[in-house]
Amino acid sequence: MVPVTYYIALSVILFVIGAVGFLIRRNLIVMFMSIELMLNAANLAFVAFSRQQLAMDGQVIVFFVMTVAAAEVAVGLAIIIALFRHRETLNADEIRILRW
Amino acid sequence: MSPLTFFPLAALIVACALGVILNLHPIRSALCLAMTLFLMAVMFVFLDAHLVAALQVIVYAGAILVLFLFVIMLLNLEADLPQKRRRVLTMAASAIGVVFALLSLRPLFFPGGALPGPGFDAAVPAEFGTATGIGELLFTRYVLPFEITGVLLLVAVLGAVVLAKKKLV
Amino acid sequence: MLVEILIILIKVLAVLGMVMPMAGLLGWIERKGSALIHDRIGANRASIFGFAGAGLVNTLMADPLKFATKEDVIPRGADRLLHTLAPCVNLFPVLVAFAVLPFGDVLLVGDREINLQIAPLGIGVMYVLAMMSLGVYGVVLGGWASNNRWSLLGGIRGSAQMISYELPMGLAVVAMILTYGTLDLQEMARAQGQLLWGWLPAWGILYQPLAFLIFLVAGIAESKRIPFDLPESEAELISGYFTEYSGMKHLMFFMTDFVEVVIVSALVATLFFGGWQVPYLFASGFVFPGGATIDLPNLVVVLLQMASFTFKIIFFCWFQIMIRWTIPRFRYDQLMHLGWLGLLPLGFVNIVATAIIIMVRQ
Repeated sequence: MVPVTYYIALSVILFVIGAVGFLIRRNLIVMFMSIELMLNAANLAFVAFSRQQLAMDGQVIVFFVMTVAAAEVAVGLAIIIALFRHRETLNADEIRILRW
Repeated sequence: MSPLTFFPLAALIVACALGVILNLHPIRSALCLAMTLFLMAVMFVFLDAHLVAALQVIVYAGAILVLFLFVIMLLNLEADLPQKRRRVLTMAASAIGVVFALLSLRPLFFPGGALPGPGFDAAVPAEFGTATGIGELLFTRYVLPFEITGVLLLVAVLGAVVLAKKKLV
Repeated sequence: MLVEILIILIKVLAVLGMVMPMAGLLGWIERKGSALIHDRIGANRASIFGFAGAGLVNTLMADPLKFATKEDVIPRGADRLLHTLAPCVNLFPVLVAFAVLPFGDVLLVGDREINLQIAPLGIGVMYVLAMMSLGVYGVVLGGWASNNRWSLLGGIRGSAQMISYELPMGLAVVAMILTYGTLDLQEMARAQGQLLWGWLPAWGILYQPLAFLIFLVAGIAESKRIPFDLPESEAELISGYFTEYSGMKHLMFFMTDFVEVVIVSALVATLFFGGWQVPYLFASGFVFPGGATIDLPNLVVVLLQMASFTFKIIFFCWFQIMIRWTIPRFRYDQLMHLGWLGLLPLGFVNIVATAIIIMVRQ
């Protein structure tokens, strides 16, 4: 039997991969996908702990996280499409009119 | 779940996640993410969370990722060029990331005391992770977040439709 | 432990042995059936020593041989990995979705009871919905990896259509879940063995006729059959999202189409027509409403149940083929209107009405 800390270690590694991806990639869509990776890492931690404590509350929270992620992706991709129509680029470095 | 199944699955998940952030073409990143999400659903099944696993495939891999692929196809994106600026920042972020990832592996070599709770060896009740069990919780203890999530989804749909519409000027 | 794995393997072989030949035969039924409907002869040129077998030699031997030996062409500029991956990603979910379909009741071998369902998951029907959601990837990848703007158009249309019609399909399934109170398809099939008023088998269609119509239409739209085949409209986009595929890859895309017809038929049969239930056949034999009984051994009962399931699948496959060659194609906006503005509100009304009726009866 694998102890629960192994699952948490996997969750942390996935979260770090998502965070590093968000920082080093400049393509808006890949940044968005790194956010989804971070959300999934959190989901894994919730489910692992839910199994450890034999309490289904963790899985209910995962249900809500998935719903919120779906809503966020819908609105975020709509914003990206609108942005692409204006600026013809998806590079986060080139969309900098409002920066100082 | 025995180590014999956990470590190959975990290695696959990490490899696909690395594929998401390292691939130059957004479509290959999206496909690596789809593979990652599918393997996470497999991991959820091993953790006795069957309904969540099914939802992960239906919602995440089957709808959200398809939306990503749609947008990539619609905008007809091409492969990114390997970026030349920001070399120092990329190295620094990657280094800190590697350090954190290695720190997270500490429990494998220095296992601490047992965590409170029944643990993985305890017997799983029959309704654990099934639709009946989660449905009961959703409609008793978590009914308010459930209803608010409905409203949230409605707002998101409206927002997405308004934002993505072409302005008929 | 080893015996259980062996039993599961035998079940898998049995199901695949039913599905794959049926998908192949469907190609023959399609060509000859359409020929009958159009009052022509159909394919009958290929023959072995003069034996043409009503087009069977042509469809079952000449065509696969032709597909297998054709040159595999990858268009210039196309992504080679994705081009090769798309047919596999298309075929995998529809084959795996058969794992939760029950093809009989319990089989008694010695003192072992074998449940004739490959994977008795607690979340039965949701697994099938999950696999059908994964079917969108094949279309998306097929359209993108062809480096052809009309294939891309077919791919975008196809994936939009598939995700639009997943919703009414899910709503019809939810209505059935409400009626039977379980997600497991084997339990649903068993629950349809009861007799209403002593003589009428309580099949799903008697409880939920509207859900049956919604599910049938949504299922045909999911598998992109005519009248919903704009993504592969043969007069406009040649083959839509799988135009640029030749040889075995084209065969895999083609086979996915037929396996989807089989799985939609199997789901309709299980959810609405009793699955493997033969009217008045129980575990011990026939028990007619008048009181007459015919006792049958367990093996005969199981064989009758499997034959009944196969017959129902063949009936609905034939039904879908009839629809294909009778009804003209929907225009794309008509298709989307039907899905979002027609079937979706109907599905919701159906669920609310079902819930109210269930609450009132308790």
